[in-house]
Amino acid sequence: MSAQKHVTAPFDDATARSLRAGDSVLLSGTIIAARDAAHKELVETLRRGEKLPIDLRGAVVYYVGPAPAKPGQPIGSAGPTTSGRMDAYTPALIEQGIKGMIGKGYRKPEVVEAMKKHGVPYLAAVGGVGALIARSIKKYEVLAYEELGPEALAAMKVENFPAIVVIDADGNDYYEQGQTPYRKI
Amino acid sequence: MREIPSESITKAVAELAVRANCVLPEDVRDGFKKALRIEPSPVGRDVLGQILQNADIARLESMPICQDTGLAVVFADIGQDVRIAGGDFEEAVHEGIRRGYTDGWLRKSVVAEPLFERKNTGDNTPAVIHARIVPGDRLRLRLAPKGAGSENKGLLRMLVPADGLEGVKKTVLDAVIAAGPNSCPPMIVGVGIGGNMEVACLCAKRACARDVLSKNPDPRYAALEEELLALVNKTGIGPAGLGGETTALKVNVEWRPTHIASLPVAVNINCHAARHAEAIL
Repeated sequence: MSAQKHVTAPFDDATARSLRAGDSVLLSGTIIAARDAAHKELVETLRRGEKLPIDLRGAVVYYVGPAPAKPGQPIGSAGPTTSGRMDAYTPALIEQGIKGMIGKGYRKPEVVEAMKKHGVPYLAAVGGVGALIARSIKKYEVLAYEELGPEALAAMKVENFPAIVVIDADGNDYYEQGQTPYRKI
Repeated sequence: MREIPSESITKAVAELAVRANCVLPEDVRDGFKKALRIEPSPVGRDVLGQILQNADIARLESMPICQDTGLAVVFADIGQDVRIAGGDFEEAVHEGIRRGYTDGWLRKSVVAEPLFERKNTGDNTPAVIHARIVPGDRLRLRLAPKGAGSENKGLLRMLVPADGLEGVKKTVLDAVIAAGPNSCPPMIVGVGIGGNMEVACLCAKRACARDVLSKNPDPRYAALEEELLALVNKTGIGPAGLGGETTALKVNVEWRPTHIASLPVAVNINCHAARHAEAIL
């Protein structure tokens, strides 16, 4: 593995483009938690021509629906969910200025095209290690759609959140690069 | 007749919900320790290390292994000499899920209706219950919470007899390749062969909830499990889909008699958080 890069969210253009496929990243700062239902709400809001509840410029969006926090803790287990389900909504949010995404799994070609056009990288966190990831999440604050429960739109303060760049802003794909040497069929 | 109070069922299910979600079963954990020794990919080894570290944190802090604590799938083998007293069996199970998921700080991931409103039920009910009547006076409950990342990658193909063994292998391989990183590999792959449409799917579900140390009792199918595992681990997908040789920890096969014209094959994939816990009342 390459040396870990320390980056801070939200991302500016230079940071977003500096992340290369295969880079191991420790992310600090504030990221935005949103998954299926919040994406649907955001995109429907845009389609109605209304204002979004938050400014998405520079935002790093984390696809997550956390488990409830026990008393005294900021959050429960909080690993990534499957990104592909957000694909239908993602190009519209990239148009709104998001500068990074964290999830797991493959993306559709139209998402990668939008990423290349706007200089947006896609990072993966390891799925299914939500208790470990929760240690890097220091604060969880619902911003909108509270009624969606674990699917609410929220801000997360993170410190050294571990992720790996799987598709960079030039469309290089680390899933492909990583798997090819081990593919024997 | 042996009497079992419905409240005992509720208490057992509530306890299973917390245990299954927070404690990675020993058989799965041992499988990852072994995989860590043989995985050639450095990134793959790092992921396997994270999985083991995560399991330790989850167990010690009673936190869910994965935030997707899933649909609660309950397999119930009800002895025919058991009488359930004091309430309805299915409601007793649902109440156990309600208590376990609420008191255990587990995520509620069920919507009441699938298409129009998709409103969260707020307590992770209803459970999915697969009950069967068996000889004896015991009640065996096995809870296997199942997240959607892996469940969404299930596959059913109604093959015909001429498709044979090659058709089965291709179906399993196609399912695993399509699942890739989305299903949180290393996976446990459940394969159901035979029966009809729904029986093949239920066989696949039972197979992916089986212990990873278990083998199909029929040596031909046990050999097929080994062969399919070797095949799946040649895809290169590896831990978290980042490349490597540990794409699956185990392939479990279950089979049933089928129609002269049919060869149904179902593949149900379980993620590395292959959660299952059991209680006998």
